[in-house]
Amino acid sequence: MSAPTTTYAAKANDNHRITEPALVRWGLTVVALVFLAMFLVLPLAAVFSQAFEKGLDVYLTALKEPDTLSSIKLTLITAAVAVPLNLVFGVMAAWAIAKFTFPGKNLLITLIDLPFSVSPVISGLIFVLLFGRQGWLGPWLDAHDTKIVFAVPGIILATIFVTFPFIARELIPLMEAQGRDEEEAALVLGASGLQTFFRVTLPNIKWGIIYGVILCNARAMGEFGAVSVVSGHIRGSTNTVPLHVEILYNEYNYTAAFAVASLLAFLALITLVVKTVAEWKVRQQLGR
Amino acid sequence: MKLFKRHNNVLPGFGPTMGYTLLYLSLLVLIPLSALIFKTAGLSWHDFVAVVTAPRVLASYKVTFGAALAAAGINALFGVLVAWVLVRYPFPGKRLVDALVDLPFALPTAVAGITLATVYSANGWVGRYLEPHGIKVAFTPLGIIVAMTFIGLPFVVRTVQPVIEELDSEIEEAAACLGANRLQTFRRVLFPLLLPSVLTGFALAFARAVGEYGSIIFIAGNMPMVSEITPLVIITKLEQYDYQGATAVATVMLVASFVILLIINLLQKWSRRYAD
Amino acid sequence: MSIEVENIHKQFGSFTALNDVTLSIPSGELVALLGPSGSGKTTLLRIIAGLERADSGRILFNGEDTTEHHVRERKVGFVFQHYALFKHMTVFDNVAFGLNVRPRGTRPSKSEINAKVMDLLRLVQLEGLAQRYPAQLSGGQRQRIALARALAVEPQVLLLDEPFGALDAQVRAELRRWLRKLHDEIHVTSVFVTHDQEEALEVADRIVVMNKGRIEQAGTPDLVYDHPANPFVLNFLGNVNLFHGRLNQPGADQHGADENAVSYVRSHDIEIERSPQDSTALKAEIRHIQKLGPSVRVTLAIDATGEFIEAELTRDVFKNLGLQQSEQVYVRPRQVRVFVEDYQI
Repeated sequence: MSAPTTTYAAKANDNHRITEPALVRWGLTVVALVFLAMFLVLPLAAVFSQAFEKGLDVYLTALKEPDTLSSIKLTLITAAVAVPLNLVFGVMAAWAIAKFTFPGKNLLITLIDLPFSVSPVISGLIFVLLFGRQGWLGPWLDAHDTKIVFAVPGIILATIFVTFPFIARELIPLMEAQGRDEEEAALVLGASGLQTFFRVTLPNIKWGIIYGVILCNARAMGEFGAVSVVSGHIRGSTNTVPLHVEILYNEYNYTAAFAVASLLAFLALITLVVKTVAEWKVRQQLGR
Repeated sequence: MKLFKRHNNVLPGFGPTMGYTLLYLSLLVLIPLSALIFKTAGLSWHDFVAVVTAPRVLASYKVTFGAALAAAGINALFGVLVAWVLVRYPFPGKRLVDALVDLPFALPTAVAGITLATVYSANGWVGRYLEPHGIKVAFTPLGIIVAMTFIGLPFVVRTVQPVIEELDSEIEEAAACLGANRLQTFRRVLFPLLLPSVLTGFALAFARAVGEYGSIIFIAGNMPMVSEITPLVIITKLEQYDYQGATAVATVMLVASFVILLIINLLQKWSRRYAD
Repeated sequence: MSIEVENIHKQFGSFTALNDVTLSIPSGELVALLGPSGSGKTTLLRIIAGLERADSGRILFNGEDTTEHHVRERKVGFVFQHYALFKHMTVFDNVAFGLNVRPRGTRPSKSEINAKVMDLLRLVQLEGLAQRYPAQLSGGQRQRIALARALAVEPQVLLLDEPFGALDAQVRAELRRWLRKLHDEIHVTSVFVTHDQEEALEVADRIVVMNKGRIEQAGTPDLVYDHPANPFVLNFLGNVNLFHGRLNQPGADQHGADENAVSYVRSHDIEIERSPQDSTALKAEIRHIQKLGPSVRVTLAIDATGEFIEAELTRDVFKNLGLQQSEQVYVRPRQVRVFVEDYQI
């Protein structure tokens, strides 16, 4: 009998905290949830609803189409190159910035964050200006019969650019919060620099890395604007999944467009789950 | 690298990691971005001004910045509300809702674009209830605001939420003891403490909205002079092989982004002014 | 304004914070709620303020039931442990806040508010700091601003939660004396929470000793120190030694029956002698000597029982005796208090 009594007591206590009248609380909660439903839940649900509108067979047929499969392949290749490169950079930059003090540190952090404040369209444009036919290196590339923009390398470069800061900006504050004590202790105990990194630092930033990688990957696979500028939209060759969604949509092939889009929406949901877990682990690690 | 060496720091690896960082940053970000500046510099000032102030381009600024301002405003208002509700009020499914707030970060913009266009079109789930009242969202400037609100939504929530979490409950109790009612407490005590984070979130959402392309083009209708955003103007010029024109407009956008970035940095400095 | 606390009970989940607490605080007194952490003293203070709601029981101000009154209507001044100053407001605006939020009809004019705030800043001796922000003040200054802010609304009751807890030792001692002086000037009924016995003994008119959600004893500092009601109060107000069994002492403070009796002696009430003056002295061996500034703490083992006790001597006494470790000496307890066993500490 004692258990239910205590719950009631706890509830009564919650209600008396200095807070708004119940009616206000209810009202605000409902307004907030309706707003989120209109802008988040309904659009997300609509993706799956549209994708399966004509049944599972049509859905699967749309996914098995050769152009779809080749776009999936290209997206996977792009992410497989861009994410590891940015991971190595992120860890290196975080080590230099978080564990050392030097003049110009804040400027460097701002420069690393720069791609976030550049429009995706401009992110694509700069690579066209560099490697395009009229670009700086265009004539030289032509002479050597190499293509970067309107080909796979350009897509990868633009993707690296737009996902550039993700891992570094996650790791820098995390490593700064952790300080240098543990690394110094390891060195005093006789560990080499690399041993210190792999045995002490890496376990401490593991969840921060997972968090950064999952966000970096989501953006790498989902980037549209920048990739759209450098891709040239060659079906079955330089189309990533988001670009393929656009083509299907513009051809009024809605079911197929949403079927392919549902793959990306599913990826987004997985991203949110992993992100939530990683966030929780990082908080736990920092003892917050 | 001697210059950067911090005395009495025994940790190894500063030279190689800093070297790699600067090299990678230069090759992939700084040099490509400088291409834009040099390309623009190839244009005479007169031509540059002519390109970036052409009527169609001016109209696109108005649409882009106006819609971004409206969307950031909506996000500031509802972002504070959502953050407040998430921190303060218990309701079932709260953790799920909390995780879902980041959806616009995770959902590819093209997917957001086609699904928003569908939901807010005349026979979509939301559009069909707005249409009879004469409110057309999809394929109008209103649609641009909807898409920009979607992609900017997490910024205000995620900057304000931790600040609300860290508000000291003693502050509110002190205000109550001194006779302030809830509205007075919010207006005079809590809001001033939240304001810097609200403004930062607003600026972040605004910056993101100004540059956004993918989610907007599907819902905007893209009518020149009416619902054409500046990033689309750049792409259109590129498709017509007008590289210089595209570059000139892009430079204007880039400068605007840098100004916003500067404002955000100043805001963050300002927000720490009362700290001990 | 007198405060009556009647049968207050408060439960947090399965933890009983306050268990049937009844207390009467006469008008104009400065009362200390003293106890270890978790004793319920802060919860009681917050219930009196109206920041927390009791599960049962009543709070009366001047005989009027305030249990249903919102914290806004109780007219209490509350000084928070970490001051809770509004960091985006100047010192002046902090102190003026309670006046500025009054409804238009009862709000004083701008010049009245100005005069009042400056008066209060003079009272807390910080009139030069009106335009500073809290972050620019020292801990002691913030504490005094918090007090001025609480006094601005002319509270009927002043409540202070660990008012000196976050300050360093020297500032603490200074502010303690200052608070006592201030109270003698303004005479508003005040209750403060502390876990520091010295603070309570120095500042308060009355001390309420609390433990595990109950009041162990309430009374003047002299009463609770000289005539503790039970071993807990005795132990909490100073170091104490216990001897199992009843010590044969003239004038011992006797409580309860003989069996399971435990005798308690404060460490500074233990005398050390080279040779026994009479039969009440106990033979003991010195185990450890620790010098603590003006006093010396000697740890001894009683020969007969093997029990360890601590004696606190002044440096002079220690020097005169010339005590060494492992020496055999005699101890003579003064001021013995005997309680029966089930009154355990």
